[in-house]
Amino acid sequence: MNDRLLADALAGVARFVTGAQVTWIAAPAPQQTVFFANHTSHLDFVTLWASLPRRLRSRTRPVAAQDYWEHGMRRKLAVDVFNAILVPRREHGLADADPSVAVKTIERIAREMGDAYSLIIFPEGTRGDGNDVAHFKSGLYHLAQHKPGVQLVPAYIENLNRILPKGEFLPVPFISRITFGQPIFVDAAESKNAFLDRARGAVCGLKQR
Amino acid sequence: MTIYGLHVDPALLAACAGILVLLTIATVIGFILRASVNTPSASATIANLNQRIYAWWVMCLVFGLTLAVGPTGSLVLFGLVSFLALREYITLVETRRADHKTLFWTFFLFTPLQYVLLSIKWLGFFIVIPVYGFLFIPAAMALAGDTQSFLDRAAKIQWGLMLCVYCISYAPALLVLDIHGYGPDAKLLLFLVIVGQLSDVLQYVWGKLIGRHKIAPNVSPNKTWEGFIGGTLSATAIGTGLWWLTPFSLPAAAAISFMITLLGFGGGLVMSAIKRDRGIKDYGNLIRGHGGMLDRMDSMIFAAPVFFHVVRFFYGL
Repeated sequence: MNDRLLADALAGVARFVTGAQVTWIAAPAPQQTVFFANHTSHLDFVTLWASLPRRLRSRTRPVAAQDYWEHGMRRKLAVDVFNAILVPRREHGLADADPSVAVKTIERIAREMGDAYSLIIFPEGTRGDGNDVAHFKSGLYHLAQHKPGVQLVPAYIENLNRILPKGEFLPVPFISRITFGQPIFVDAAESKNAFLDRARGAVCGLKQR
Repeated sequence: MTIYGLHVDPALLAACAGILVLLTIATVIGFILRASVNTPSASATIANLNQRIYAWWVMCLVFGLTLAVGPTGSLVLFGLVSFLALREYITLVETRRADHKTLFWTFFLFTPLQYVLLSIKWLGFFIVIPVYGFLFIPAAMALAGDTQSFLDRAAKIQWGLMLCVYCISYAPALLVLDIHGYGPDAKLLLFLVIVGQLSDVLQYVWGKLIGRHKIAPNVSPNKTWEGFIGGTLSATAIGTGLWWLTPFSLPAAAAISFMITLLGFGGGLVMSAIKRDRGIKDYGNLIRGHGGMLDRMDSMIFAAPVFFHVVRFFYGL
């Protein structure tokens, strides 16, 4: 209960600090969703989470890197407050890790989602420079295969990297922007790479101007 | 005059009552218009008009409350206005990764410092940003080591500080200005805000009613000669009628009101030119119907410093 309150308070702080302007191209639906977005800053998942409607927030869990969020205060924040699913980082991409571990990770994420929870994932796997969106790791594809009925909603995050770029600890209060797009699904006939390109295109297409 | 043991300036009270009456009339007109339009484009205009009127209620309430608190209230309010305006401005201009620390000091050192100096009535606030800020920004940027578009970047950050912090801070600076037989007084700030903002509103209203000939179609397609002349003249007339709020004589109130309206027009034009250059319509969506903080403050940015110096030169101790 206290964690719930803390989470709401943090959502308010995140919205205030980042001045996030949120746009929904398709209205947010109550059904189970995987939100996937470009990754440019440590503020990304808190801000994206905070910009969801309150009723969706309590049922949306971020997928976060175990190596970063595993210890101390960070763990408390990630696991207790945001109910994050921690995963070993290399396995975001199946190609460059031991396939059996990666498959287990995807299975675990799918299991933890159950039929109730939505997810926030950053398929680039690591933070970019805010200008280019890197190629997506294949986790999103495999997750979609495990959960074929779940809608995949792309989101484009703008300016959070300017607020707190890699390697800085003092924030500059730019106004950030989060745009949520139309949901996509995996086509039965679609190859992995074709789907990942389409998913990445869906995120990039939301960039304004 | 004393109400519940509180000393209240009757002139200030009269001005606030006048604003309340004006807002009520505008609200009623908004309701009537909403009921009487039937084309989609007209109802979009009226919906925006009603949003603006509603936002005016909120802005007047906030401004009135901070005036009631005293100079500290206004300094905090305008400090926050500067911060939000600078945030809109910096988001809009292109900055580079190397500007991060310079921008941090811009937001968290120079912006609060300007208002702290005002609060202790140290008139050195005139020089902190134009001298020390002017030298600090390029020095900090040179230390960061990125020389690409150096001059552009330094100039843009300095412009942001001048427009959003330095110029805007002249409005609450009126509260620390000593004047013969008048003293530092919130009424002077109220006068500037009423005339400046009414000039914006009346230019909009005249423009919507009879506007035909565009003044600067490339800069601001909504500004027309009819709106400009009708707005500045009617705002000047109202400002003249409010001479009793100020230490000015009737003719002086007319001249100074006219000056405020002209400067406000200049500010609106310049801030529009920046928006056109960056390819946007509004600076933000902070104030519903109006756009961002900078969309509302554009006229004040130009009017406040000149008004302050004119009053200081002719009426100051």
